[in-house]
Amino acid sequence: MSQEVEDFNRRLLRARDAMDRAYGEPLDVRAVAAVAHLSEAHFSRSFRATFGETPHRYLQRRRVERSMFLLRETDRSVTDICFDVGFMSLGTFSRTFREIVGETPSDYRASNGAVMAPNCIWMAATRPRAATRAAMRSSSFGEADAPAAP
Amino acid sequence: MITKLNVASIYVLDKDEALDFYVNKLGLEKGQDVRQGSYRWLTVRVPGNGTEISLEQPGSPLHDDATAAQIRELITKGAMSGLVFNTDDIRGLYETLQARGVTDFTQEPIEHFYGTDMGLRDPFGNAIRILQQGKVAQKVTA
Repeated sequence: MSQEVEDFNRRLLRARDAMDRAYGEPLDVRAVAAVAHLSEAHFSRSFRATFGETPHRYLQRRRVERSMFLLRETDRSVTDICFDVGFMSLGTFSRTFREIVGETPSDYRASNGAVMAPNCIWMAATRPRAATRAAMRSSSFGEADAPAAP
Repeated sequence: MITKLNVASIYVLDKDEALDFYVNKLGLEKGQDVRQGSYRWLTVRVPGNGTEISLEQPGSPLHDDATAAQIRELITKGAMSGLVFNTDDIRGLYETLQARGVTDFTQEPIEHFYGTDMGLRDPFGNAIRILQQGKVAQKVTA
């Protein structure tokens, strides 16, 4: 039993790593689920049970964290950064950023400067907090509008 | 005053599999391998560097079964701490690791202001980062 759990966790972690690695690409849940050798539905359900949020939300936080980094460390345009971290539209990026960080990308940039610490430390330390209840219901990678509050 | 970090430890699911990965894949060397009854004191280390990395397997005599199972689950969820190594040729090492069959990269080599680093996982889920400090010469591609 324990061995099964461990093997299963390891597969889910491999899929999560794929999101961390390829966040800038147009990932969909099917592709990520395939890394874990699971169906989309089974993968989303298991991922949430194991890591506490849906794969969709995990990927959003990953992308937003990278956008926060680029907003702080570079002078590239918000639009450039939006596409660079894997969002398909500026509207979705701005809405998701505001929902997760609590302010707009431009406001965040205005109030935060470059930080001097190893990247892996800041990837962990500045990643926005985990899922809200509304976001956890979201289980697809689509860009459709989701209700903002329960 | 303290003069050296002598031993750091990392939890693994299987000592033999860990030894194979850390020595034959990652390129470390075996340090201590001493058996005392059912306990095996097993370490690896960076060649030429004194700090031993102890490969610890959760379970008896250190943990009861339930505790060991919890630790094993955390390892496989990637929730435990990891190791950071330095290299003098990050891109060469990246290719070498791939040639040796390492596939679990969490990040290909990326440049930062402090150097170029990459990330991977050991077979169990532990995070490993490898850094080449300073400016790294770009490989010329045809």
